[in-house]
Amino acid sequence: MSDVAPRELRIVGFLCNWCSYGGADTAGVSRFKQPTDLRIIRVPCSGRVDPLFIVKALLNGADGVLVSGCHPRDCHYTDGNFYARRRLEMLKRLLPFLGIDEKRFYYTWISASEGARWQQTVTDFTKRVHELGPLHVKKEVAP
Amino acid sequence: MRVGVFICHCGNNIAGTIDVARVAEETRKLPGVVYATTYMYTCSEPGQEEIQKAIKSENLDRVVVAACSPRMHELTFRRTVAKAGLNRYFFEQANIREHVSWVGEDKESNTGKAIEIVRMAVEKVKQNKPLYSTSFKVNKRVLVIGGGVAGMQAALDCADGGLEVLLVEKSPSVGGMMARLDKTFPTIDCSICILGPKMVDVAQHDKIKLYAYSEIDEIKGYVGNYQIKIRKKATYVDWTKCTGCGTCMEKCPSKNSYDHFNFGVAPTKAINIPFPQAIPKKAKIDPDYCRQFTKGKCGVCAKICPTKAIDYEMQDEIVTEEVGAIIVSTGYSLIDIERLPEYGGGRYPDVITGIQYERILNASGPTSGHIVRPSDHAEPRTVVFVACAGSRDKSIGIPYCSNFCCMYIAKQAILTKDHVPDSQSYVFYMDIRSPGKGYDEFTRRAQEEYGVKYIRGRVSRIYPKGNKMIVKGADTLLGTQVEVEADLVVLGTAVISNSDAGHMAEKLHISYDTFGFYVESHPKLRPVETNTSGVFLAGACQGPKDIPASVGQGSAAASKVQALFSKDMLESDPAVAKVNINTCVGCLKCVKTCPFQAIKEKELRDGRIVADVIETVCAGCGVCTSTCPCGAIQLQHFTDNQLLAEVNAICLM
Repeated sequence: MSDVAPRELRIVGFLCNWCSYGGADTAGVSRFKQPTDLRIIRVPCSGRVDPLFIVKALLNGADGVLVSGCHPRDCHYTDGNFYARRRLEMLKRLLPFLGIDEKRFYYTWISASEGARWQQTVTDFTKRVHELGPLHVKKEVAP
Repeated sequence: MRVGVFICHCGNNIAGTIDVARVAEETRKLPGVVYATTYMYTCSEPGQEEIQKAIKSENLDRVVVAACSPRMHELTFRRTVAKAGLNRYFFEQANIREHVSWVGEDKESNTGKAIEIVRMAVEKVKQNKPLYSTSFKVNKRVLVIGGGVAGMQAALDCADGGLEVLLVEKSPSVGGMMARLDKTFPTIDCSICILGPKMVDVAQHDKIKLYAYSEIDEIKGYVGNYQIKIRKKATYVDWTKCTGCGTCMEKCPSKNSYDHFNFGVAPTKAINIPFPQAIPKKAKIDPDYCRQFTKGKCGVCAKICPTKAIDYEMQDEIVTEEVGAIIVSTGYSLIDIERLPEYGGGRYPDVITGIQYERILNASGPTSGHIVRPSDHAEPRTVVFVACAGSRDKSIGIPYCSNFCCMYIAKQAILTKDHVPDSQSYVFYMDIRSPGKGYDEFTRRAQEEYGVKYIRGRVSRIYPKGNKMIVKGADTLLGTQVEVEADLVVLGTAVISNSDAGHMAEKLHISYDTFGFYVESHPKLRPVETNTSGVFLAGACQGPKDIPASVGQGSAAASKVQALFSKDMLESDPAVAKVNINTCVGCLKCVKTCPFQAIKEKELRDGRIVADVIETVCAGCGVCTSTCPCGAIQLQHFTDNQLLAEVNAICLM
């Protein structure tokens, strides 16, 4: 039961509540138009994002995953985004071993006031995933 | 499980670009969903009643509202479901407005996206567990950082309400920028005459403890229970002995210290009291200029001081204080003239900034209130004011308006005419922004009564010619080029955030925008709150602001603190980390990663070591949950299962 329009791909976004989710809200309030492929999951902090969530998403059918947190030194929880950066940087190197193009994963920092930057990020990343096309990995058995 | 889903039209905001009826129809097909409906305005009172009625009639045990951002209305709806008897964590909000209807143009794609987002929320809410708050005690003391007019107002209002206040000011005296102004618009009140009494009140209030010439080193804790380390910077003068007589300042042989108070209009002594009305009126030594420090010998002030207050060996002192709330009122800075090369970049002594001119106009300033130009101390006949010197200029990264320059320029032009009756002032402006009460009348008065010539256009260049400054600009109303030969040029320099605003924000765990101004909780409805509970904002640290707005915010922040402190106990956020002691292997990686030192090791009765979360200290970031190798520590409300349920709702279904 897919509700995705045929030209859309599946992109999962993990956004921290304090900065990037707010930035996406700001983009909305400012009516900054974006492609519709992305689905956002709200997490308290980018440090909450377990790299395995991303792997799970990509193996289970996502074509791209985006993570965004607060700018370094602007984390609501002091240094959650630094933990995120280390983990996600490692993940980026691991993905090719799983047969997944690392370009399908992107992480960045966007503050609550940067609506335009969010629009740009979504637009660019969606374009990038579309260039890569749908991801074909052996589907995991649904739990 | 009986999930009810309420899809909001939000007038046309959502229903305009999303087929809400179809979203409801598709949602009804989801396992566990027993009820799905649409409503015009779910957040309205009848809308909330609709939810409560459905909880009762349909026997719902979980609720999803698909509407605006949870950052907007999550608390509203949590209260709604709680009133109907559900645990408030049996609620999820699907954001189909900010993230869908407002950003996507195609109704078909938007509807598909909304259906999926609602599905994610349904899958998450099915995993939700009831959570319960605990209560904890509040320390009813408040810290105010910054002793400008906003901070003083906040401190006085809190203290008058019976709260104990600590006021920390980094410079040697309270007063901030307002203390430096000569007059205030639009009444031409003498600035220090109206501020002075407030400063004295701050000094004399028995509920206010003033830490002047002090800075915040460290802030630990959470709302209701903060531990603050305050660094009392070395003044090299024992303030318990100093009487503020000023003899040291008179006799000090080092006469070329930079005068921070007067923005360098004239030099001051190495030991100085910043201004006659300073609170506290105590001397301090500037070691960068003092001969005892630079040359190792002098000691004049130590010899002359009648109370033997001078102490060259003084060190910074760290004081620890405990408070329950913090008001941040750290103010603003002004752009460095060096960033404006077209206006001389600081090379020409007769091109000065508005705040410098303010000191020149002031009777207690370096020129005793006589208008003279810095180069030859002659009285200027032609004065040119340049508004928006740096403001509203994308090319130097300041696209915003500095708020009060239009007004103070009009004021300074009027004062110039008062001081030098045969003078002529010109103002180059982009737009005159005077929206306050009595403001527009004031700028008109400057033009009509005082004959100030307003030229609409920007100045392209300022350069010297003989002992005059040539100001070249455009008059966009006449469509011509203008050249004015000026004796003195005053730049209305742009307001910027303090250079250490970012560091302060880090200590406070609050956010700041691209320009370094602190971000309020909601731009319209929560202007003095931050997203960190217990931390409030007042004044220009949040954005350029004039005196009445700053005072208003100071009082507003104080009333927020009063409201917070009206309860003896506060409720904790139950969305904190929780350890499953059966699966915890005691590796204690979480203890090391926790940014808040909220996890301690605990020995169980059988001697096994496990992690233990101190609930009130845990801020709920979830770094520990992603660190734990065996999933034993889970951030409540954002557990692995809950987040994976959302991932699977997008990917697998």
